[in-house]
Amino acid sequence: MKLDLRKLKLRKVNETLQSIDQKRNNKSYTILNPEGNHAICAGLTDDIDVTVKGHVGYYCGGMNQNANITVEGNVGTGVAENMMSGKIHVKGNASQSAGATAHGGFLLIDGDTSSRCGISMKGIDIVVKGSVGHMSAFMAQSGNLVVCGDAGEALGDSLYETDIYIKGRVKSLGADCIEKKMDNKHLKKLDKLLKKAKLDKLKSKDFKRYGSARKLYNFKIDNVSNY
Amino acid sequence: MCGIVGIYLKSKKFEKDLGKMLSGMLINMESRGPDSAGFAIYKKEKKEEFKYSICINNLAFEKFKKGITGKIKFTKILKNSDHIILSSKEKPKKVLDILNEFKGVSLVGYGKSIEIFKQIGNPKDVVKKFNLENFSGTHGIGHTRMATESAITTDGSHPYSTGSDECLVHNGSLSNHNNLRRNLTKKGINFKSENDTEVAAGYISNHLSSKKNLKETLMSGLGDLDGFYTFITGTRKGFAVVRDEIACKPAVVAETKDYVAIASEFQAMAHLPGVNMAKIFEPEPGVVYSWGN
Repeated sequence: MKLDLRKLKLRKVNETLQSIDQKRNNKSYTILNPEGNHAICAGLTDDIDVTVKGHVGYYCGGMNQNANITVEGNVGTGVAENMMSGKIHVKGNASQSAGATAHGGFLLIDGDTSSRCGISMKGIDIVVKGSVGHMSAFMAQSGNLVVCGDAGEALGDSLYETDIYIKGRVKSLGADCIEKKMDNKHLKKLDKLLKKAKLDKLKSKDFKRYGSARKLYNFKIDNVSNY
Repeated sequence: MCGIVGIYLKSKKFEKDLGKMLSGMLINMESRGPDSAGFAIYKKEKKEEFKYSICINNLAFEKFKKGITGKIKFTKILKNSDHIILSSKEKPKKVLDILNEFKGVSLVGYGKSIEIFKQIGNPKDVVKKFNLENFSGTHGIGHTRMATESAITTDGSHPYSTGSDECLVHNGSLSNHNNLRRNLTKKGINFKSENDTEVAAGYISNHLSSKKNLKETLMSGLGDLDGFYTFITGTRKGFAVVRDEIACKPAVVAETKDYVAIASEFQAMAHLPGVNMAKIFEPEPGVVYSWGN
């Protein structure tokens, strides 16, 4: 089913996608002429496939549960923000705060992301085929961030328990973020994520793992200079 | 929050459509700035002549014309709503002194190619009021304002121009503008408002007048201007964009063989011809990008 944003209002398009009757409705949708609109595919709850033909604005697929969303273009700030489950595949680049605060699901970005990718992520798996900008995984709590390119300044600042895997160069690490040993458990987990992203050709041993030094969880006077 | 837009034409193909392109961009950025709007259009320069963009507010056109007749020798005087474009071959210093002393009007900019229009109100109404769609030119920048740190007035609207053919639009806020304003005032720069962006425009003019080029000026601004910002700054030959190192304030660039467009959000550019085939990227933090300069 085709939904043309030049003919239909955004609210109508989102309402249609948010109220799927699993028995009667079809499960595959295409959104035409997104033209940078915000909040496209926000708040979907059903197991449907949505393809967006073009560039979108902010918070695309925000709060997504179960839906499988593909964007054939670039996305603005906060794609997959607070996603709970499902999958979002961005074929272009993403702006800042991709996957912010997301609890679950899978976010795959073919291009680069700008700053703060995975900020405060809480369980989502993010795979970026390109590079990520500064302050990525800031205060990230759980889940995995995989970057096949480089990472900008202050990666993983004030990190909790997210695992970060970077193949390229890291410009600098943020407070309390350190490089960690890649053991078998991590190699297996990374292999699984790369397979899911159809990046089987990449070798998990070429990545480095970063995580929390766990020194900033609670305020300690000895750490005051780190704040 | 504010919306900023700009378009620089690399070829002559769209010169007649410049106003139309910029108008669509401004109207689309209403959601980021419903309080006031403004734009600067650069046209081909006339060598001997300077143009002065003046907002006459509620003053009658005839009264203004009468007021300057005999004082300023002008070659052309054009009225566009509550703005006047005055062309003159006289030395700018003399004309500026007279206009600055003229009560009830405010000079919004001057130069050989620039024309500036700005007013309070919804961007859609402001654009219509000045018939932006009918403008042609080589490049232009615009702004939609959501006022935060100073009042909603014409003087508080963007673009700001503090030097010949220079102008600046800003999304963000500066935290050290009072200090900078004091220092620049000592250097002879005249400010009309309490607005932070006007200080940044003064800073840029001051550096450009000391023979620094635009790129060098903006690079030193990264060290001296404290706060959050995405700036677009226009000169006679082109424009430049710079974001602060934190880069909270958005910007996206679309470049084709015919034009470079920049806006706070992609949706402002979605109507531009061939934009879906354009090279689209976000300017990196702390890096100066310039075209035509």
